[in-house]
Parts: sequence; structure tokens; C-alpha cells
Amino acid sequence: MLTDITLGQYFPGDSLLHRLDPRTKILVTMLFFGSIFLADSYTSYCVLLGFTAVIIGVAAVPLRLVAKSVRPLWFLIILTAGIHIFSTPGTVVYSVGPLVVTLEGGKQAFFMAARLILLIIMASLLTLTTSPIMLTDGIEHLLGPFRRIGVPAHELAMMMTIALRFIPTLLEETDRIMKAQTARGADFASGGILKRVKNMVPLLVPLFISAFRRADELAVAMEARCYRGGENRTRMKELRLSWRDLGAFIAIFALVALMGGLRWSVS
Amino acid sequence: MKELIKTVNLGHGYFGADGARVTALENINITVHTGEFVAIIGTNGSGKSTLAKHLNALLLPTSGQCLVNGQPTDKVEYLWQIRQTVGMVFQNPDNQLVAAVVEEDVAFGPENLGIEPREIVRRVKEALELVGMSDYRLYPPHRLSGGQKQRVAIAGMLAMRPKCLVLDEPTAMLDPIGRREVLDTVRNLNHQGMTIVYITHAMEEALNADRVIVLDQGILAFQGTPAEVFSQVDRLKDLGLDVPIAADIAWRLRGNGLAVPQSIITNEALAVVLCP
Amino acid sequence: MSIVFKDVSYVYMPGTPFKQTALKKINFEIKKGEFVGIIGHTGSGKSTLVQHMNGLLKPSLGVVSVEDIDINGKGDAARVAKRKVGMVFQYPEHQLFEETVYDDIAFGPRNIGLDAEEIERRVRKALDFVGLDFNMFSGRSPFQLSGGQMRRIAIAGVVALEPEYLILDEPSAGLDPRGRETILDEIFKLHNSTGVTVILVSHNMEEVARFVDRLIVMHSGEISLDGEPRDIFRHSRDKLVQAGVDVPSVCTLLAELRGRGLPVEDIALTPEEATATIMAAMRRRDRC
Repeated sequence: MLTDITLGQYFPGDSLLHRLDPRTKILVTMLFFGSIFLADSYTSYCVLLGFTAVIIGVAAVPLRLVAKSVRPLWFLIILTAGIHIFSTPGTVVYSVGPLVVTLEGGKQAFFMAARLILLIIMASLLTLTTSPIMLTDGIEHLLGPFRRIGVPAHELAMMMTIALRFIPTLLEETDRIMKAQTARGADFASGGILKRVKNMVPLLVPLFISAFRRADELAVAMEARCYRGGENRTRMKELRLSWRDLGAFIAIFALVALMGGLRWSVS
Repeated sequence: MKELIKTVNLGHGYFGADGARVTALENINITVHTGEFVAIIGTNGSGKSTLAKHLNALLLPTSGQCLVNGQPTDKVEYLWQIRQTVGMVFQNPDNQLVAAVVEEDVAFGPENLGIEPREIVRRVKEALELVGMSDYRLYPPHRLSGGQKQRVAIAGMLAMRPKCLVLDEPTAMLDPIGRREVLDTVRNLNHQGMTIVYITHAMEEALNADRVIVLDQGILAFQGTPAEVFSQVDRLKDLGLDVPIAADIAWRLRGNGLAVPQSIITNEALAVVLCP
Repeated sequence: MSIVFKDVSYVYMPGTPFKQTALKKINFEIKKGEFVGIIGHTGSGKSTLVQHMNGLLKPSLGVVSVEDIDINGKGDAARVAKRKVGMVFQYPEHQLFEETVYDDIAFGPRNIGLDAEEIERRVRKALDFVGLDFNMFSGRSPFQLSGGQMRRIAIAGVVALEPEYLILDEPSAGLDPRGRETILDEIFKLHNSTGVTVILVSHNMEEVARFVDRLIVMHSGEISLDGEPRDIFRHSRDKLVQAGVDVPSVCTLLAELRGRGLPVEDIALTPEEATATIMAAMRRRDRC
């Protein structure tokens, strides 16, 4: 059933990571991404892997879920590693025909794979421990200062909120229309690509009409509730930073400093 | 009683898809007093939803006036005050909830009003209690039944502390259980002093109103107490409306020569007359 | 000649935390030519039940057969059997998509590969059944019609498939009293003139009671009552209340009168019948 896909991949919990302010989590994740690109030695990658392992532990999220987030991207990881293994010049270790494996290539391949895996794991830890609503709130607040240069922070957040609210409703609707047209002999599953696209018309037209009708009614309902954009608007849940967030920032700055140190002192 | 809403010769026209002028409402004069429960009935296309949208300035009259607390709805300076005074609940429970969590949705109105966060928390809690939905405050709306969604929509209005609720066919898309939930909630609010304007084509739901207003093709056909309105069975049937079953039977019994008073519109009253 | 359910169970999302048993070992038969009402509150399983009748949902356990053929079996026989069952969903006007009324009604017949002449015959007939004039409506856009007219076009789109069994899920929902009356009268007329088996799903007891010869009441995935409406309203009020459905308001009124000692018969379902029985009771009492 389409209707029961859970949105995002939020895993409810009460860990230290869950309780961090969403703004902190977004910034920390971005700083972590930065530190990944500073890493250029086995030592620094080991530090990063260690850091990530600790975070996974603190998040108290089943390891299975973390692994699941990497799985769809395996192909990309192998491909990237493969390209590096064969295309980096250096000491030849092994060669088959035109394909040459170098020592440097092996190292590069390992680094690239590690980078990608770390990126994916940290990004998914962010979404696993932060509800979509908190995430939206966090993004709105972080973008707030950029409003002056024309970034529509509130509007973006409002759009995300409405999307979160209506995706399940629209999925349910898709399911219903599909069934109704199937009952009239429509066929969504067979035929070539062109035919299949054409066969989607009886599904897409009603779905668009319905989405527009909903949008229209929702706009009126929002107006009736005194909505007039982000100006002078307050929020029920204020985001407040605590000692936890301070701790998180200290940890991530320490990591960035360490990465920087390892990179420039070694070279 | 104080006049809360008043329309003066209110008319509303617009240009249809074919370019012809359509008159949706003409010369409507109604008054709603503080604390009253007014039902507006009429068939689809009678203009009842259009009238409802005038009461909190979602639509503006093209002739005449609509006054809320003496303030005309077409004056921009009164707009937000009017929308806060007159809350509005719509027919489709899905298309009026904004947020993905019940309590966030109820907070939406007060947030728009710029109310202080701690006060919002208090109002949300209170509003959810009033409609009996406190246990569901962390639910996503798509996991609620139709009746529950409508109660959340009502709570969303209550959190703005309105003086009056306008409900536009709030039960049309609900099953009998949902209907009862919503109607009980509305009656309960009315008993606590909330002014109610209730638009419906389910006549049973209008039985408990203080006053019933009948619209037909954009014109106020007639109005009165439920007894006055629902005893005019011929007239209502001519307009394509139903009557409550007791009024219907009483009318038929009168046709058979039985002396049943005009004022009988409920089962209990009919039973009393027939079995003294 | 019938639709038969044998030990049909259905589980939504088996093996997940959302697992829910929607149907529990359902056994029943709908005979050709019947006018059956299926009633129950939201979540009682009534919609799940009817979606099994034309294979939109497949039973987790058990067999659904139409005229002795398992519709979830393989091959042409199953496909032909499934096609005998037409289904009108709730708010069917939301599924209209073609540019003209004609094309929308012709969508189903085209899908089953009929020739142009036959398609036109069916579109004419279907429009006629829902009481809309072919010349006036066939070339118009369905989206410029009134809500009630759109509903009737959508129903015509299913009627044009000429099903032998016609399922309608809440066909009158959201319409005003006159719109409801019109739609239901048309369905009743269709049943009478073509003999099509009609299965009317509803939570509105008034309208079901007036038309059907047989009433099936669903409650938490099971059939809690199955029989003649008058019998059910007379003898099983408790079970109806338990199932969360309303007794027709005529029955409630007559029960009230009986409770106060007026000897009315409590088998009336329409205002006309109720008036007659009240008049008779009054006369009887006056004679004493």
C-alpha cells in the first residue's frame, strides 16, 4: 500500500543526539562534511571513522538502519573506488592488459569510498534522529539571517511543512484513483515506455486537478486563520540552545582542528 | 442580546466562465446575536457557502454591507480583527489542516497572530481539551478519522479565541459517528457561550438551532425558529429540502385529518401529542 | 450465478508494525439480480470487502469467485469473470479526466476493445440511464458541469461497461437531498429495467433501507448481520448500535411511539408506511 510509506526515515528516540537542537545538528553535520575533505591520510580517516562510530553509538539507532541508508548507493561507491584504483599513476602493483593498479590508486580508492560512506552515514544520522518538522524548523531559523538578501526562508519552510502534511494524503488519493481507473480497464503495468506514459494520463489528470483543488481550499483556510506570511509571526515551539549544543560544537570544532592539524603538520 | 454579525442588503455577483454575470447572493439581510446558534439551510447552489465566506471577509460584498461588531468587512484596517472574531470551519476536513502534527496545526492561527509562545502552548492545550482531542496532540492528521480531523480544525479556530464560529457543512463528508462527534462538540461550545453559524443540508442537525435561515437561489427565502421553519413542509419540499422525520410525519398526519399542531418537529413532541 | 466468498481473510501490510486484519474469514454469496446494501461505519471493512469483488484486492486467504470462477486465478476465464463486476468508487467525479463527456464514458469500453459503433451505442445508453441528454452533454467538458452532473457522468462511465454486478460505494455522498434522491432513483431504475445486480455500500441507513432487499452489516472485519432490512431493524437494534450504524429515523420515531403505548407496527421504513401504521393505530385505540 502506498499510504503507509513512512516519511523521511525518522527513528523516534530520546538519545543525546535526538535532543540536540536541529540547528546544531545541521551545522555540525556540515562542519563534519568539511572535515572529511580535510582528511588526506590513513590517520585522519581513522579519526573520522572513530568519531562516526561514537556518534552512531550515542544516537542509539539500530545499526541495521544506518547500514540500510548506505545500501542504495553501493554501486556509486564501488564505481568511484574503481575509477580511482585504475586511473591514479604511481607504483604499479598489478596489471591486466590496459588496466593498471597502483599503490597510490589503492589508497585513493580507499579514501574516496570512505568519504562517500562517511558522508552518507552522517547525513542519514541527521534525518534518523531529527523529525522532519524539527528539520524544517531548523532550516527556517538558519536561513533567517539570509532573508535580507532575498532568501525566502519562511516560505521555503512553509512549503516543506505543507508537503509533509499532504504527501500521505496525495499518496492515498493516487491509490484510490489508480484502483478506480483499473476498474474501468486501465492498464498501468504493461506496454512499452511510450504506451505506459500515455496510460498514466487517466491517473495524472485527476491527480493534478485534485491537488489544485486542495491547494485552493487550503489557501482559503490559511487566510481564514489570519495567515499573512512570515512577518510578525511567532512559533509555539521556540528553539533553545543548551549545554548539550555547546558540547556538540566543542566536539566538532575539536575534530575540525585535529583534521587541519593532521593535514598541514604532516605535509 | 448584542448584534455580532449583521448584513445589510448584501449582494454578491461575479463573472462566470462563459462571461455571463452570475448573481450568487441578492439583498441578504440577516443578523446574528452573541450566543446564538443560527442554522443556514439550502440546496447546493443556494448561496449558503458564499454567504458564509462573507462573514469573515474571505469574500467581500459586491453590493450592500457585512458588519462584524459594527465594523464593515470591506475596510482593510478591520480585516484581521474580523478574521479573529469570526472563525471558519470548512467542509473538507483534509484541506484545512496545515501542519503534519495535530498540536502544531492548532498552533498555526495563534502563531499568525504573533502571540507569545508560552501563551500559545496554553491555548493549544485548552483548545484541544474543549474538542476532546488532547490524547491525539502528537498524531499526524492522516491517521485521524474525518470527525477527529474536523474537531482539530475547530480547535485550530478556538485557539484564536473567536467570538463566533461559522461552520460550512462540516459534516457533509463524515460518517454518522463523525457527524455526531462534530455536532456534539459544536453544541457544547454553544452552551459555553460561543456564537454558532451552522450551514448544513442535514435538517436533523438544524433542529437544535435557535433560528433557521432558509436560502434559495441566492435569496433569503424565509427564517424563524426551527418549529416555524420545519412546519412549512410543503414549502421546504418545493425548495428541494428535507424536513426532520417528525415534522414530515406530523404533516402527513394532518393531511389525513388528524389534529397535530404545526409546532411539532421532534420525535418526543410528536409522541406526547399522539400518546397523551 | 453469483459472487461467492469462501473463507476470505484480508490482512493489510502483513509483517509490518501497521499490520491490520481488515476481513476475518468472510463467507457469503450475492445472487444474480439481488439489490444488496452493505453498511458499516468507517473502518468496518466494507470498502475492503467490495474491493475483493473485482480483484482490486486479493484475499490473503480464501477464494472469491464470480459465477464459479476464481477471479484471482490465471487465464482469460478469470479476466472475463472479473469484468462482469463494475465498481463505482466514492466521489467518482474525481476520476474524470477526458476532454469531453463522450470520451470519458467511452474510456472503459475502449479499454476492453469494443468497436466504435458499439462504443457509441453504450455511451448513449449509459447517458440515458443516468438521465442526461446525449446531444446536450456528450460534447461538453465534464469539468464544466455541476457536481451532481459530474457524479452521474462518472457513474455512466462504469455503467457503459455493462457489468452484470454493479458496486457503488457511497454514490450519494456530499450531494444535497434532491441530488441524493435523483442518483438513487436512477440506480433503482437501472436495476429494475436491466436486472443488474446492485451492491450499494453506504453509511446512510435511510437510503439503504428504502431500496435494498437484503442488508449486510459489517463490523470490525466481520459480517455481523445479514438479512431482510425490516427483520434487521425490528429484531437486531442492539447489534446495529454495536456496529455503530444508525437505525432509519422512521424506526426510531415508531419505537418512541410504541414505548409510549401507541400500538404501531414497527415494520415501516418509509414516511408513507409510518403514517399509515400510525393512522391505523390511532383508529384502533379510538375504538377501544
